Amino acid sequence: MSTITLQKTQRIHPKKFALWLGLGTIIMMFAGLTSAFIVRRAAGNWVEFELPPTFLISTLLIALSSFTLVMALRAFKALNQVTYKRMLGLTLLLGIGFMITQYMAWLQLTGYGILLQGNPSGSFVYVISGLHAVHVLGGVVFMALFYVNALRKLDPVAALLQEINTERALPLELLATYWHFVGILWLYLLVFFYYFR
Amino acid sequence: MAILESGTEITQVHVQHDEHHEHEHHHEEGFISKYIFSQDHKMIARQFLITGVIWSFIGVLFSVIFRLQLAWPDESFPILETLLGKWAEGGKLAPNFYYALVTMHGTIMVFFVLTAGLSGTFSNLLIPLQIGARDMASPFLNMLSYWFFFLAGIIMLISLFISTGPADGGWTAYPPLSGLPQASPGSEFGMTLWLLSMAVFIVSSLLGGLNYITTILNMRTEGMTMMRMPLTIWAFFFTAVLGVLSFPVLLSGAILLLFDRHLGTSFYLSDIYIAGKPLTNAAGEILQGGSPILFQHLFWFLGHPEVYIVILPAMGMVSHVLATNSRKPIFGYSAMVMSILAITVLAFLVWAHHMFVSGMNPFIGSIFVLFTLLIAVPSAIKVFNWIGTIWRGNINFTPDTLFSIGFVSLFISGGLTGLYLGNSTLDIPLHDTYFVVAHFHIVMGLAAGFGLFVGVYHWFPKLFNGRQMNNTLGYIHFWITFIGSYCIFWPMHYLGMTGVPRRYFQFSNFETFDVYGDLNVFITLAAIMVFFAQFVFVINFVHSALYGKKMTSLNPLSSNSLEWTTPIEPGHGNWPGAIPKVYRGPYEYGRGGVDYVPQHLNDQQIWGEKGAPQEVAH
Repeated sequence: MSTITLQKTQRIHPKKFALWLGLGTIIMMFAGLTSAFIVRRAAGNWVEFELPPTFLISTLLIALSSFTLVMALRAFKALNQVTYKRMLGLTLLLGIGFMITQYMAWLQLTGYGILLQGNPSGSFVYVISGLHAVHVLGGVVFMALFYVNALRKLDPVAALLQEINTERALPLELLATYWHFVGILWLYLLVFFYYFR
Repeated sequence: MAILESGTEITQVHVQHDEHHEHEHHHEEGFISKYIFSQDHKMIARQFLITGVIWSFIGVLFSVIFRLQLAWPDESFPILETLLGKWAEGGKLAPNFYYALVTMHGTIMVFFVLTAGLSGTFSNLLIPLQIGARDMASPFLNMLSYWFFFLAGIIMLISLFISTGPADGGWTAYPPLSGLPQASPGSEFGMTLWLLSMAVFIVSSLLGGLNYITTILNMRTEGMTMMRMPLTIWAFFFTAVLGVLSFPVLLSGAILLLFDRHLGTSFYLSDIYIAGKPLTNAAGEILQGGSPILFQHLFWFLGHPEVYIVILPAMGMVSHVLATNSRKPIFGYSAMVMSILAITVLAFLVWAHHMFVSGMNPFIGSIFVLFTLLIAVPSAIKVFNWIGTIWRGNINFTPDTLFSIGFVSLFISGGLTGLYLGNSTLDIPLHDTYFVVAHFHIVMGLAAGFGLFVGVYHWFPKLFNGRQMNNTLGYIHFWITFIGSYCIFWPMHYLGMTGVPRRYFQFSNFETFDVYGDLNVFITLAAIMVFFAQFVFVINFVHSALYGKKMTSLNPLSSNSLEWTTPIEPGHGNWPGAIPKVYRGPYEYGRGGVDYVPQHLNDQQIWGEKGAPQEVAH
């Protein structure tokens, strides 16, 4: 009881932990929306429609972006600045591409006659995928900041200090965790839409 | 002081700092970074508290105004016209504005006072101090949390002054009343501002919650195992868990409502006729397919955990204060922790007991009855343990003890009526009557409010640089508030049992309910009395914060927990030297014949060479 227990209180970096908790709140938000979808669907008066195939292209883009980001992180840790910049830039482009294809998918959906203002079955798809796109946008903004940062030339002393910093990769790791999360979230939403529409 | 981000960095920074330039950080902080955009958890706690107290006066004043209407529906009060202008022409409250006042009273008290003011204040103050941390895991996000709360308050405040008035569809904002601008003046711009304010408030609450959980799990001092944490910290921890899991769902519900209001969707709206004409969407089709019940599900999935967000911090502080002021170990520490955990889990499984009369399947209703009544078990354990803690204790009857005992009393009185309302068969006649109003005001509103007073009276020296509050004024405040509160809400049970509905503007047109006119006068007089008693508190608060008697020793209450090991006026970083280590739990009062067994001293320092006594005194 009274012996000093020398326990380590830092099991995981507090920022990483806080990010995971934050992802938990996003999960709860989309859990709320998708369960609202199920509850509303069970109440009847539900228009069924085909999902626009453009959603598949956007899925491909965001899946690819996760791969390029893994490579960017690997290059960053190996101090390979050139590959890091290239891969980060590619991820950024894929992220922007994802949002553009999502927009095209909404246009396609509107072309089918499924409107935001119509039956809730369509409204839900717009609102849920739209909120997801907002979360992707958040990631894209941060990634753009990282990219601008990577383009800047550091003076040699600052660069050296960077290299010996043990928490050097932390910000990028946080971004990667978030990015993979929004990717997986989209995959879940897509499967959900296909299964429950 | 440059890096106050992670635990390790803080320790290193401060150790170096203290060795070389002891008082440097006092000079570094300017007025703005010290008092306004402060990242010091203690200053943020003060900001939350003072903002919360200001909001509580606004919220309670609203209740006094609508109580005037209920007591004397035919009188005119010229002062109301002075105060409210066109909302009380000729000194008579406008019916619409009555609803706005009820709505704003609920919103302000539940979210701004009891969520931000109570949990925000004391989570910020006590988490780093009681677990032995220099500050929160992210002081910056912590600061943002306060400023988002402040912004939410400003938006809500603006909504009070717009020409169509604030939201008036009830604090639950049920559609279609809240979904259609045509429904009432308050459903126009006032409702939009209400939703925006709530969205900002949710962000504030999430940022705070993330910080509290991260700090508690990652930044405890050496030896501070989870089961050595004060019960306050356990309570704040589960409060934050509840908030982090339930507030996002409310945000979902609010977003869908915003879409319905402004972008023509019909998630919650269906087949609505206004002036004989069906409501149509942008394409000219009749609005259909929405479900107002859907909003109720999303709302109460937050709304029910919200009542535990409000009450758990109060429970934690009451446990801590009762043990400290009875000079006895808390009765059943682990049972207390487990019951908080049980309440947290059950909180997510009972939301539909608010919806028994919404036409739900009775079979589903019976499942929610079961879970709801299960909450009585951990609640009863807690009550039993509080009584066990003060039983034969050497009690110091200071104002914080009195408010703690008052809390237990209110929690029992209000909790028992919860057993009535949790049964769907009994809830059907009692739903939306004053019985419900009495129940939730006693068990959640008053009890949590008493928790706030417990915290302020007990930790006032930690909040305001070692200054203490005046006890005599504290006693006057307690007795008027305690007796007066029962006088307000006890008669409401009777009104509710006879079917008097809540939220009615005036009862004099209903022969059945008009007979209770005198009772309503009594309730209003009691409410006015309690309202004025709060000025005793606020005078005491302000005066003591500025001129109160200073503590002469570090630990005047002989409390075991770590917050009393910090200097009388702690700087940012809390301890000038190393953070104390922890050798035992926080409630080992009277162990081995020693009254005061603080967490940070080892056995030799307390019991001498012979070490700790073998038996654990209970």
